[in-house]
Amino acid sequence: MLSAIAEGLQRVFQLDAELWRIVLLSLEVSLSAVLLATLLGLPLGAALAVKRFPGRRGAIVTLNALMGLPPVVVGLLVYLLLSRAGPLGELGLLFTPGAMIIAQTILILPIIAALARQALEDAWREYEEQLRSLGAQGMQAALTLLWDARFSLITAVLAGLGRASAEVGAVMIVGGNIDGVTRVMTTAIALETSKGDLPLALGLGFVLIAIVLVLNAGAQLVKEAAQRRFG
Amino acid sequence: MSSSILPLTLDNVAYASNGQRIIAGVSLSIEAGPSTVILGANGAGKSVLMRLMHGLLRPTAGRVRWSEADPASLRRRQAMVFQRPVMLRRSALANVVYALQLAGVPSGEREAQARAALDEVGLRHLAQRPARVLSGGEQQRLALARAWALHPEVLFLDEPTANLDPSAAREIETVIKAFDAAGTKIVMATHNLGQARRLGDEVIYLQAGRVLERAPIEQFFARPATAEAAAFVKGELPWV
Repeated sequence: MLSAIAEGLQRVFQLDAELWRIVLLSLEVSLSAVLLATLLGLPLGAALAVKRFPGRRGAIVTLNALMGLPPVVVGLLVYLLLSRAGPLGELGLLFTPGAMIIAQTILILPIIAALARQALEDAWREYEEQLRSLGAQGMQAALTLLWDARFSLITAVLAGLGRASAEVGAVMIVGGNIDGVTRVMTTAIALETSKGDLPLALGLGFVLIAIVLVLNAGAQLVKEAAQRRFG
Repeated sequence: MSSSILPLTLDNVAYASNGQRIIAGVSLSIEAGPSTVILGANGAGKSVLMRLMHGLLRPTAGRVRWSEADPASLRRRQAMVFQRPVMLRRSALANVVYALQLAGVPSGEREAQARAALDEVGLRHLAQRPARVLSGGEQQRLALARAWALHPEVLFLDEPTANLDPSAAREIETVIKAFDAAGTKIVMATHNLGQARRLGDEVIYLQAGRVLERAPIEQFFARPATAEAAAFVKGELPWV
């Protein structure tokens, strides 16, 4: 086992150019999806945290349930949307990184929105009276809340990033794992495993874990430093 | 500024939450001038009554009326300081600037006004410090500075010193007196009788959601009109 790992890591670093292309594409796809899902998910979470409207509880339950969306199902739905005969077939996005970004955005949007909703609702409980007393309303109150809870929201965004960088089902279906075009870490690992090249698959797996670890550690450090500084 | 938002009139106001009656038919009028202290034991409904007056809660029956009808103008001309101040994750100065921004003060004037308010409560040296790392007493003074900057006609205070040590509480009382001297109407809930005497001109005594008595401060302490108020004064005095 240990020798397989060592061999795998060695093989991974021998791949150099090809490996880095895969790593960079993985980061590009997952980080783009995180960015999009954050831009959409934070306002959605804030609205659900602050606004009272009929059907709010149902919306929250649905959102929480969508956190467990199976990646292959998302992949399939996006595939149907983007396929030649599909409603968005004209765009010609299928089997491109763009399609992978769309699929991952849909996959992690509920995660970021639901976790943000929880964090913001807690903050709102603390702030509501004070903000209303000062005359903050609607959009203004939501923006204040988002900015003030910014360090707790890092956790929500990280959860989305973790999901995006780890999933294989959605990017496999809509990307197609095309060498040099849509091959990312997870699809490469799946491919090498099915080809029986376990050391290489393992090596790629360790690189993926290392990247996720570094990103999380960085975000955690930022969060802790900020919390010490701002209370 | 147009004519005063006072008097504030409560017309048979009741408030219930989850089927539990907290305020039971309160009618009273709050006039400009004397500082009003709302006295009562824990759970008497003091905080809820103030929130009904300030507009944070909607009465389940009855009416709360100000002599100003425009809600935005009304909001801007009153302020409230809570038992536990809520500060935003930004500097002390920025917290005051934020309140001025919400009040519609032009951006060029906010910082100078905010600094003047911090001076007033003795927090000038902490202006750049993150508000949430200040001590409890400093945060409460910052809450008062935030209110001061708005020059409210009415200032509601909900047990503003309940969580503070005596010296911090004295500093808060000094600032409250300055509000009074500047012509702001003070409406304060407390169960601290010493504080009521130091800061109040008249007492509204509340028990189980009802106003049992309203009297000038000296008269209330010397000759409470109801047996309940007498028992409260007698019971609380040893801890003043």
